[in-house]
Amino acid sequence: MKLNGARILLECLKREGVDTIFGYPGGTVINLYDELFSFREIRHILPRHEQAGVHAADGYARATGKVGVAIATSGPGATNTITAIATAYMDSIPMVIVTGQVPTALIGNDAFQEADIIGITRPCTKHNFLVKDVKDLALIMKKAFYIARTGRPGPVLVDLPKDVQIAQTEFEYPESVEIRGYKPTVEGHPKQIEKAVSVMLQAKKPVIYVGGGVILGNAAGELTKLAHQLGIPVTMTLNGLGSFPEDDDLSLGMLGMHGHYCANMAVSNCDLLIAVAARFDDRVTGKIAAFAPHAKIIHVDVDPTSIKKNVRVDLPIVGDVREVLTRMLKVINGHKGEVETMKQNLAPWIEQINEWKAKHPVTYKQTGSTIKPQYVIQRLRALSNPDAILATDVGQHQMWVAQFFQFTRPRTLLSSGGLGTMGFGLPAAMGAQAAFPERQVMAVCGDGGFQMNMQELATLVQNRLNVKIVILNNNFLGMVRQWQELFFDKRYSSTCMELPIDFIKLAEAFGAVGLQATKVDEVDGVIKKAFEIDGPVLMEFKVAREEKVLPMVPAGASLTEMVLT
Amino acid sequence: MKHTIAVLVENEFGVLSRVVGLFSGRGFNIDSLTVAPTNDESLSRITLVTRGDEQIIEQITKQLNKLIDVIKVIDFEPENAIEREMVLVKVSAEDESRAEVLRIADIFRAKVIDVTPKSYTLEATGTPAKVAAMVELLRPLGLKELVSTGPVVIGRGARGWKG
Repeated sequence: MKLNGARILLECLKREGVDTIFGYPGGTVINLYDELFSFREIRHILPRHEQAGVHAADGYARATGKVGVAIATSGPGATNTITAIATAYMDSIPMVIVTGQVPTALIGNDAFQEADIIGITRPCTKHNFLVKDVKDLALIMKKAFYIARTGRPGPVLVDLPKDVQIAQTEFEYPESVEIRGYKPTVEGHPKQIEKAVSVMLQAKKPVIYVGGGVILGNAAGELTKLAHQLGIPVTMTLNGLGSFPEDDDLSLGMLGMHGHYCANMAVSNCDLLIAVAARFDDRVTGKIAAFAPHAKIIHVDVDPTSIKKNVRVDLPIVGDVREVLTRMLKVINGHKGEVETMKQNLAPWIEQINEWKAKHPVTYKQTGSTIKPQYVIQRLRALSNPDAILATDVGQHQMWVAQFFQFTRPRTLLSSGGLGTMGFGLPAAMGAQAAFPERQVMAVCGDGGFQMNMQELATLVQNRLNVKIVILNNNFLGMVRQWQELFFDKRYSSTCMELPIDFIKLAEAFGAVGLQATKVDEVDGVIKKAFEIDGPVLMEFKVAREEKVLPMVPAGASLTEMVLT
Repeated sequence: MKHTIAVLVENEFGVLSRVVGLFSGRGFNIDSLTVAPTNDESLSRITLVTRGDEQIIEQITKQLNKLIDVIKVIDFEPENAIEREMVLVKVSAEDESRAEVLRIADIFRAKVIDVTPKSYTLEATGTPAKVAAMVELLRPLGLKELVSTGPVVIGRGARGWKG
């Protein structure tokens, strides 16, 4: 039977196991939406801005591990998705974004709502496709999903002209796909893995440094086993948080610019750094020349370009992180005796690390009744379920979450680590809540970032997505203000959000519930009440205005040069 | 260090801009670039000349390989490769320099492809070094226009390279 392009697209999504999509209609996707009207197998959620729709699909993907799907119309609809696509690209999130396009005959004519979205998204997608003929559509969709989820995952955009949505052809979904220029390495080189294990067994001061790839590659279990079997301490990047339980004795928490003292000291003094699916971002390394200066570096990554991009690597292993770690564990099993000796040899190193831990734990001073933002984060952890999902925006609150929330499970922190996108938190939480209606989902935002996508309150209420929004309100763009305080002589140029907004009324205007705490003893009550309410809730915490995120490694300094107080 | 890199890509629209965009987006240099379909018409071959230390060249080849439409990348070692480029040069040729242009053309086995009372247009092929040497000799005589293909490169030996 012949189907039109719009229907074929939906059939492809169904066959890829897509159950939820986020999209915004418009002139060039009206045919697609007409098919969607009677297509019951896929839930469609209408955001209030295309950027938020793509962030929601991103949040959905991060929380579930599945490919997130979003739709936008041509021109402004498509260009509105750019920030969100770039966000997903930097953090390697598997997504397929479908954009409408003007009819093929009009492409290049500066038609109404035409934008060269293929050209625009080329540098911020893993790949993109313009579908010129409906006969190619099914194969392109198959390729798009395959590319998005394999290797180092990433967003793939499919640009679908209006006439291709209308044109008909026989539909047949390919069983498999073969792309001659795309063959990601899955298995790590066995010799390299054996070498890596023997280097590990000889180390006296090793550290495992984990990136978001361990979570994306579903390898948190294997990673945890590796650390436990060898007794090696683990530090994580922002997006790595959750891959290794932070309440474990071997956890050092996050490293880098706002990392824990013990983590930065451990990395700076280790003799072996085992980098697993991490990419040595500048926020992690600080001054490159002084990064892990005494260490041999083993680097496991599925993307060869990540290796030796920023730092020298002594022992590279290209491959799927889960495959590589599984193989490592097997090799280690054959060296039981040496493992015992190694663990004994590590005792002084562990002792040193525990000393660092005790010397400068992340901390803050609670004074008077003013709410300290860090306290709110600690109470959120204490009062939420262990499987609660937390999405953040970008800035101070994000770093306090990273320092104080104590993540113990993968895919419970959703944060824009690479691009650092303000406005990410609320829509990402929305996507996660759509995937897991029964789980607690929080969006922790600053007052600045929240205002970048606050229109999504409407989506939450309309779709009964019970996201609990937490606004740490200091009436500042806090992270920039902190830099201005420290490095620009307190010249707070344009960082003061001078207009006090009544966030409670705002929530109520959308039909959500708004709660406020202004004193420290009100915090628990507000959080408990929010979780009791069956519906989206906005919690506003008026927090200490000029609190700083500490420790801090100034930009360009080495990790040992931490500002501690 | 100069490197001549050959990139075998899908012969499809937009592929060249992916390659060029990679260079501009990551701040890599392109000294020259040439592209045309191959004996297999589903493939195009790009030859580009770039510069950088070992680490940069490694990143360039890895990043090129990462592009979905790139099938194969070879960073040619000069001793295992033959490099050629073609130039078309328009030179002033009046009075006494008229004969000199022809002498130089003859030495470099260049062909005269157009002639006027005031000029010669020459076609020359050869290694980039040879072509450059000829151009340098012609320059003082009045170089009016120069157009070059940039080098193309092929491996030595019997083995063909198709991807």
